[in-house]
Amino acid sequence: MTGMELFQLMLLGLLVVCGISACLTKNLLVSLIIFMAYSVIMSVVWVLLQAPDLAITEAAVGAGISSILLFITLKKLRDMRREVRDEETDDL
Amino acid sequence: MLLALWDHRIQAAAVLLFAVGFVTLLLHRNLLKKIIGLNIMDTAAYLFLTSVGYIAGRKPPIITGGDRDPASYVNPLPAGLVLTGIVVSVSVTALMLALTIRLYRRYHTLDLDQIYQMALGEQEEGK
Amino acid sequence: MKKQTIFDRLRRWDESEFDLTDALPLEEPVRRIEPDLDRDALPPIPRLEHGGVRTFRRLYPWMAGLLALVLVGFLLLAVLELPAFGSADAPAHNEVMARYVGQGTEETGAVNTVAGVILDYRAFDTLGESHVLFTAAAAVLILLLTATHVQEEPRRIRDIMERDPILRNTAKVLTPVILLFGFYVILNGHLGPGGGFAGGAIVGSGLILCAIAFGFERLERLLNYKSYCRILVCCLGFYSLAKCYSFYCGANGLETIFSAGTPGRILSAGLILPLNVAVGLVVGCTMYGFYAVFQRGRI
Repeated sequence: MTGMELFQLMLLGLLVVCGISACLTKNLLVSLIIFMAYSVIMSVVWVLLQAPDLAITEAAVGAGISSILLFITLKKLRDMRREVRDEETDDL
Repeated sequence: MLLALWDHRIQAAAVLLFAVGFVTLLLHRNLLKKIIGLNIMDTAAYLFLTSVGYIAGRKPPIITGGDRDPASYVNPLPAGLVLTGIVVSVSVTALMLALTIRLYRRYHTLDLDQIYQMALGEQEEGK
Repeated sequence: MKKQTIFDRLRRWDESEFDLTDALPLEEPVRRIEPDLDRDALPPIPRLEHGGVRTFRRLYPWMAGLLALVLVGFLLLAVLELPAFGSADAPAHNEVMARYVGQGTEETGAVNTVAGVILDYRAFDTLGESHVLFTAAAAVLILLLTATHVQEEPRRIRDIMERDPILRNTAKVLTPVILLFGFYVILNGHLGPGGGFAGGAIVGSGLILCAIAFGFERLERLLNYKSYCRILVCCLGFYSLAKCYSFYCGANGLETIFSAGTPGRILSAGLILPLNVAVGLVVGCTMYGFYAVFQRGRI
């Protein structure tokens, strides 16, 4: 097993760990940040798979734009909850 | 068995990620978590497709230095297809988030079961 | 009475559909179109809690987990049957790949074969994809524009953001670099990794950073709703017309005026460079448009 293969294996393990923990975390903000890390790791995996076009697009789109949209949605939902002062549903 | 798994390590990881996203989609009742799960499923499918195009020991398909032999580059076709898919997946994500905001504005919750019950109640009330 | 736009009409439709009130006169600012739902006033719903449904609910997680496990098992078995990862004799690497890699540079003039594939050999895909993006932006605009009582950002939050020295100074240094890098990636799409999508997303995130740090008012001088629509329609129209021309010429064996040029030059590869610019503008504007609509309900 060469060093490159070891690195690849490590990245794949990190990918699976990030995916599982993004889904299991209770706090939504933490889960979004883990999802962002997942996208960055995915773009490194694509560099290793000799697809630089995909890597640069995933880094810009997945880790950038998608995450920004998710963050803004979360912020907007929290603003709305503060407006409503609803004591139920503390799932945010 | 283990050797075969090692030969297919990227595909196996893609299948695992797909399952993680699928379970999230089925079991989580929070809409934002469902969206994250769907995104993970998307990227797993793209990872699988890209790994099909990879050939060990070859260069990325950027033809420089006068070397035009197809035997020294990886397959460019899956990369092109996945590039299309990534942008489609971000537009789907934006649409789903907009729908989530609308649902939250109406029902003040992200729990899909509660939303469903309230919608049923509204329907009964309307009758 | 001001002229009715399509969005005004959609807003009226939206009210009559969901709110069951008469359409409000459009001159008044519409405050909170959708009423708060009074949850206590709703009748209890017995239907979901009856016997069969209750056992269904208790069984559902287990069944879902079992389904996922079975799915993973079958998929892994199928994966083990595939040709090994990284092998050169897999059936995916057939004569199509040999053609794309071997003759792509002469035929399209693009050094980056992936750009040649998505913008020349398979440009139809990319056109459809741009339209998907455009449609998604329009749908998001409809969903969030009709629903918001058009609200400004709360004054307090905006003041905090504008006074934040770290954010402002970082944005001052970083925004030109990000935009420059985005345009570099767009313009070099046929020479190296990148292209319209990646570059457009980078330009869009630069614009978003600018909007966060300096407020939407400053950015509106550069990009308001009118110019947003114009850029989108012009780019998509240009893309469609250019590809119609090249399909027509290609099908009839005519000589196009866009020659492949010398591979490796910046002004080469025929239509790929202008198409990259068009796609990049569409993607960048749409990404910024998503952000603006999510953040404040309009572009």
